[in-house]
Amino acid sequence: MTMTEPDPITTVLSGPSTEAMVSKDIIRRGLIVAPLLIAVCGFIWGLNGAYSSAYGVAIVLLNFALAAAIVATTARISLGLMMGAVLFGYLVRLGLIFLAVLLVKDAGWISLPALGATIIVTHLGLLVWEMKYVALSLAHPGLKPARP
Amino acid sequence: MEAFANLVAATGIDADGLKAAEAASSAGFAYGLAAIGPGIGIGYLVGKSVEAMARQPEAAGMVRTTMFLGIAFTEALALIGFVVFILIGL
Repeated sequence: MTMTEPDPITTVLSGPSTEAMVSKDIIRRGLIVAPLLIAVCGFIWGLNGAYSSAYGVAIVLLNFALAAAIVATTARISLGLMMGAVLFGYLVRLGLIFLAVLLVKDAGWISLPALGATIIVTHLGLLVWEMKYVALSLAHPGLKPARP
Repeated sequence: MEAFANLVAATGIDADGLKAAEAASSAGFAYGLAAIGPGIGIGYLVGKSVEAMARQPEAAGMVRTTMFLGIAFTEALALIGFVVFILIGL
């Protein structure tokens, strides 16, 4: 019996796009907690902090959506393409975040500490929140986790 | 300290301006370094995931989910570097 090596270039993934589902979940939860984050930043840094926090939440959610779109689109074409797209997508998304902050850095309403804190807290917080549900559904596939 | 004073005298920029310029360039350098690590991590992570999906396409759903979360967690390191960059150097 001969074993043939799998070829990532010609392997195509069909079926539902799980990263799109995960990303939609993250965005939905992000929209739920956004008012709380904006209120906290507004309390600490004032009105500028609230505007900056809203901008930071938008950056993080768009980043998740773009990452999922890149993986979902390219996985239907080729796994090799998906790998290249994820790596270059990482660079492109970092560049876009840099550009988004560079465009507003001198605006009167921006508070860079609020923006930075929001980006880190939202990104990590939403990931940890989503991971709880993903870990549960992977460990117990028959169970459907309750909605938050 | 003498070198710093010589540099200030040679460039004609005041000491505060020079310090700000050095902080900006250091922050940019640090951001570049902070982006390299996650880049290597994401490359390794996606490479192994592609290998796993090519070998076992029936497990692709699970691998894709964990891969996506892994990418996002790894990217958080670069975002932390970016936030330090915007707070110090921008």
